[in-house]
Amino acid sequence: MKSEPIHFQSTKGESNTPTVVSLEAHKEQQRAWNIAANVLDPEVPAVTVAELGILRSVDIDSLGVVTAKVTPTYSGCPAVLAIEQAVQEALEAHGYTVNIERVLSPAWTTDWISEQGIAKLRAYGIAPPEKTSSNKRALFSEPTVACPKCDSLQTTLISEFGSTACKAHYQCKSCHEPFDYFKCL
Amino acid sequence: MANEALVTQLIRLADDHLILGHRLSEWCGHAPMLEEDLAMPNIALDLLGQARALYTYAGAVENKGRDEDAIAYNRIEREYTNLLLCERANGDFAHTMLRQLFFSLFMHNFWQAALSSSDETVAAIAGKAVKESDYHVRHTAQWVIRLGDGTEESAERTAQALRQLTPYLKELFEADDIALLCTDEKWLPNPAVLEAAWKDEVTQIFNQAKLLLPDYELGQSGGRQGRHTESMGYLLTELQFMQRSYPNMQW
Repeated sequence: MKSEPIHFQSTKGESNTPTVVSLEAHKEQQRAWNIAANVLDPEVPAVTVAELGILRSVDIDSLGVVTAKVTPTYSGCPAVLAIEQAVQEALEAHGYTVNIERVLSPAWTTDWISEQGIAKLRAYGIAPPEKTSSNKRALFSEPTVACPKCDSLQTTLISEFGSTACKAHYQCKSCHEPFDYFKCL
Repeated sequence: MANEALVTQLIRLADDHLILGHRLSEWCGHAPMLEEDLAMPNIALDLLGQARALYTYAGAVENKGRDEDAIAYNRIEREYTNLLLCERANGDFAHTMLRQLFFSLFMHNFWQAALSSSDETVAAIAGKAVKESDYHVRHTAQWVIRLGDGTEESAERTAQALRQLTPYLKELFEADDIALLCTDEKWLPNPAVLEAAWKDEVTQIFNQAKLLLPDYELGQSGGRQGRHTESMGYLLTELQFMQRSYPNMQW
């Protein structure tokens, strides 16, 4: 399985809206963004790649070639290739010539999951991540995780590593529901 | 010349991650409990992801047309330059957890320092890896404490694992001319400088685990020069099986 080339340059400071462009170009860019943004995450098909914050930007150059930048959640996330292919296929289906770039910096953080994404995760039965900005290692501190079914805070960590790299496994002591928790990163 | 040093050092680092990731993956389907059957391959995937980024970048800096697969698969044993610690056979669960703790603690400090690398790509890789190694340290530290301060059997097995792993600790902090050149350029941290913090953290965890970190000054060395222990050959036989059987195959 050959993956897309990895690009390391930072996308810091880039926005989805080019600075000075014609209205036509802007509309076209928005259209391409919307197509890519609506691609669902293969592992958590309740949320889109834009809501998860893994689709970083979509741009169109003067020749009409679309460049979509995607960032992996974890270095070893096996879904990243599937995500890149899904974004590529969605854009190609609308007639675009597509170039996918994988960017590593700035590193993805769960803080990039949108409010809407967080609500969708909870509705899907996955406890959303706590907001985090500090990266201090607190060896044995555990976050308080609310059960996505009954909102009880009486939950217990079953396994730090869950069904995918980005999730831990919890169980609710109130309603006994086992559930996934989207780990803070 | 300097670029050559960076390539060498990146490949050493990538080899550590590939080889230890491969070792961890051997637990898949064999772990003592389901949660660990998920945890070890999860950590292995992180290590493999980090290895891929490092190999890819090493290939780009080298600029001789080698991609990640070419470097990872198409070498002979003497050309692999991982730490001996990473290639040691898994042993029992205590041995695997303790080995992982030693390595992850080292790498966490390494990536932390690499965040301020003058090389943007190294800093980018470190930005992802530092977050991942954080989980690895927490998970393995919890196990080492639980096993070391557990039953008579678990304590004895953990103590035995420590005796077996001690000779491979000093190599973590080895810094030859190649490593130092990369440090001078502020590309990569100097492993030797990371030893004091590592020792402190291990000692803190060991206090809770009722273990004592022995003197490890007289250690085995050679991994960075491609001189390996017997177990490396067996590991590569499996790791390279598909490429040896079907050269240049693609999935």
